[in-house]
Amino acid sequence: MNRRDFINLSGLGVGGLLVGSIPVMGYAVPSQRLLEPGADVATKKRLADIALNAAKSRGATYADVRIGRYLQQFLFTRETRVQNITNAESYGVGIRVIANGTWGFAATSDVTPDGIAKAAQTAVSIAKANARLQKEPVQLAPQAGVGEVSWKTPIKKNAFEVPTQEKVDLLLKVNSEAMKNGASYVISNMFFVNEQKYFASTDGSYIDQDIHRIWPTFTVTAVDRAAGKFQTRDALSSPMGMGYEYLDGTASEKILAPNGLVGYRNAYDMVEDATLAAKQAKEKLTAKSVSAGKYDLVLDPNHLGLTIHESVGHPTELDRVLGYEANYAGTSFATLDKWKTKSFKYGSPLVNIVADKTQPHTLGTVGYDDEGVPAKQWDLIKDGVLVNYQAIRDQAHIIGEKASQGCCYADNWSSVQFQRMPNVSLKAGTEKRSVTDMIKGVEKGIYIIGRGSYSIDQQRYNFQFGGQLFYEIKNGELVGMLNDVAYQSNTQEFWNSCAQLCDQDDYRTFGSFFDGKGQPSQISAVSHGSATTRFNGVNVINTGRKI
Amino acid sequence: MLSKDEAKRITDKVLAFRKADELSVALSGERNGNIRYARNTVSTSGETNNMNLAVTAVFGKRSGTATINEFDDASLEKLVRRAEEIARLAPENPEFVPALGPQTYLNTASYSENTAKIDPEFRAKAAFESIQACAPKNLTAAGYMEDSTGFSAIANSKGLFGYTPYTGVDFSVTVRTADGTGSGYALRDVTNASLLNTRQATEVAAQKAAASVNAKALEPGKYTVILEPAAGIDLLQNMMFSMDARQADEGRSFLSKKGGGTRLGEKLFDERVQIYSDPMNAEAPGSPFAGGGGRFGGGGVDGRPQEKVTWVDKGVVSNMYYSRFWAEKKGVKATPPPSNILMLGGSESIADLIKSTQKGILVTRLWYIRAVDPQTLLYTGLTRDGTFYIENGQIKFPVKNFRFNESPVIMLNNLEALGKPVRVNGSLVPPMKIRDFTFSSLSDAV
Repeated sequence: MNRRDFINLSGLGVGGLLVGSIPVMGYAVPSQRLLEPGADVATKKRLADIALNAAKSRGATYADVRIGRYLQQFLFTRETRVQNITNAESYGVGIRVIANGTWGFAATSDVTPDGIAKAAQTAVSIAKANARLQKEPVQLAPQAGVGEVSWKTPIKKNAFEVPTQEKVDLLLKVNSEAMKNGASYVISNMFFVNEQKYFASTDGSYIDQDIHRIWPTFTVTAVDRAAGKFQTRDALSSPMGMGYEYLDGTASEKILAPNGLVGYRNAYDMVEDATLAAKQAKEKLTAKSVSAGKYDLVLDPNHLGLTIHESVGHPTELDRVLGYEANYAGTSFATLDKWKTKSFKYGSPLVNIVADKTQPHTLGTVGYDDEGVPAKQWDLIKDGVLVNYQAIRDQAHIIGEKASQGCCYADNWSSVQFQRMPNVSLKAGTEKRSVTDMIKGVEKGIYIIGRGSYSIDQQRYNFQFGGQLFYEIKNGELVGMLNDVAYQSNTQEFWNSCAQLCDQDDYRTFGSFFDGKGQPSQISAVSHGSATTRFNGVNVINTGRKI
Repeated sequence: MLSKDEAKRITDKVLAFRKADELSVALSGERNGNIRYARNTVSTSGETNNMNLAVTAVFGKRSGTATINEFDDASLEKLVRRAEEIARLAPENPEFVPALGPQTYLNTASYSENTAKIDPEFRAKAAFESIQACAPKNLTAAGYMEDSTGFSAIANSKGLFGYTPYTGVDFSVTVRTADGTGSGYALRDVTNASLLNTRQATEVAAQKAAASVNAKALEPGKYTVILEPAAGIDLLQNMMFSMDARQADEGRSFLSKKGGGTRLGEKLFDERVQIYSDPMNAEAPGSPFAGGGGRFGGGGVDGRPQEKVTWVDKGVVSNMYYSRFWAEKKGVKATPPPSNILMLGGSESIADLIKSTQKGILVTRLWYIRAVDPQTLLYTGLTRDGTFYIENGQIKFPVKNFRFNESPVIMLNNLEALGKPVRVNGSLVPPMKIRDFTFSSLSDAV
């Protein structure tokens, strides 16, 4: 099986949404296959025990096994037609062991007693071979066995049970509404993922989990042929750890913002958003080009989530801090010596950022991580000070933790699990404040909504972010749309310029559905919550050019 | 790894099960090995062997694809039936184009037995040699090597058949000083593993790491830069990704023309800019057919023959690529996207380019490159792992990294000189000396 079997998106015109390609793992199957049950728990326990026993008998001091069935359904449309529908299933077993103080990993799609025992033996052999190059033995934070347990994303409507036609109809309706409202082109997509994971370890854990994720999205394009210009507006949805109920568009989950803008909490109205998007894309064609300079920024949660992801989520990954990602994503400015001072001012005292694997409806929420550690919540930044990192079992001792924080994840049974970002979110303000209240207090500012262009250096100091929609604020009022906006800052400077937070009523999550890390690269999905937040005196550049 | 005959036996069998109007088959197999190290020690290493069969069945304008990794007769028949079942349920595709008939494909030099022979010992040695170039000097290496040996075969019920074997090794290493104040990088990729020397590559990265300690801050602004090929490739590749004709015809590309139409035939770059693709290039061979791999991705069974295509001729946009549907609609040849990018240059080395530079900045690598404005192909990103100030033909001192905001279109107009092209990322790219390259801010990152 080629687990990195990528669909090339350039042909699907989804280039504006994602970089590169979308990873489809496994084999293309008919959609009804996605509803068939996988192996039952008793069978999985029996197979898991074969792996654990085989590993132990070969000399492993620790072993864990993941029997994984990964299901995906992706739908792609443009204007009046379906471009592609992919239903994929990937099923196999990954076995990880410690032998001679060193990790070894092997995986197989041969889910039989023989196939599993062989893979366990291979994992032990690899561990023993690599032990010769190992400088110090693996130290695993203790994790008591949790016995036989199960966990399921609390969904109301399994997306795979919704007929494909119903989904296609919704996407085509989204497209037609966008076209009716002035779009020149529109693409719309839905991504559904279900991970059926069984984890067992020599600690005595047998964990059965059923995890669901959803992401509906689109890009509307408006073209002015005479002027030779075009503008796009992407969906303001968020990928969620929910079922198809996210698409119900429940009115009580909407947050009405100034200028007729709508924010979506735990339900999304895709048709409404597409209608607005078409009008806004057209408006962008003639919007005023920004004057570069310092502005106070009012950042919507659907925009700020990505800034949190890049400038707090990644730099507090302990493996990056230690240098394990040096050759690819890079290292981190948030070094251990800064953390040890217990006074490193990451942000202003208003900044409280939590790591959380338990928050309802989010992408990172599970019962247990991929090494059997129960999900938890902890502080990363408290009152502006860096207080912790994200760690897994073999790293916990480095930051003086007695137990893992439960951040271990593998994107497939065939991938080895490693440290991945939990949900990382900015706590809302405790004082009552709406977006309108916040804007009222700004003299010269820009209100930014949606995920745009983003780039940050390899130690996470210098970043540049764009967005989907930009509105100029003058003397407490929104005065019109702006174009060519991007802001540049330094992580510590930026978070220290955090001046005001909206309250919990405005709190929403943003998500990244295909976050890449590692070599070979693995994806993961993670959410970032916040309320609308104000940052003072941020440097805005004008990105307009002529070619 | 299957031979051409073995692959054909399987595709023939699959085609014999056809009930659909049309059946297309893509059979691919690959052994993929990797070794990763950091902090001067191996962190992970693995090897996978995969074979994958994808069948696309067509009824009228409906098509469906199913895939499998089992190759007994019963499984093959089941796969065909499954693809046909999916096709029947699929919506009609108004842009459906029938499969191609038999094609003639070039014999590319994309396979090397030396790479096919790679074993875990080879990988461990490659990592060891790289670490050895660092550890004794109190430098820290983090690197990754991935090797692949595989084949891609395509066939359809109209008599088309193509087969291509390929090998490749990608190696990259980042070397940092123990105190984290200096960092260097090297990137290599080869078809033939015997041409890869991880120690030599690591020594270049190590030298850059040591030389980049105590970097000085220069004011951001417009500078003459020398982009090493590892730095230039990304912007170039991003530009080539945007040369789709349909996007331009639809008015949403940097190649869209004011008032409608495309900028095909317009001079957009300095006249020394010459970019082509050629599957037969010996140093950076491409795939013989579209859908047979390459940096532009598989994208499914297509089967159009790859041939030499000039994309930019003396600064003029001379070709764009088309889907078969769009080409038919426009009544033009359906040129597929390229499987390699070959940019002509001169004979000068990077050292020669430095010698002829009064004031400038040498850039080893660009990082976290993202599109800012698709209309102008404006990209942002940062320099990384070896950025140096040049004065009077000599490297004077290391400088702090910069963020850039620049368009490859503007960059290729501000061309000062081109050096000798080298292979990077499966393509051939010269070191480029560019004037007025826009650095918009400083970064503290090392």
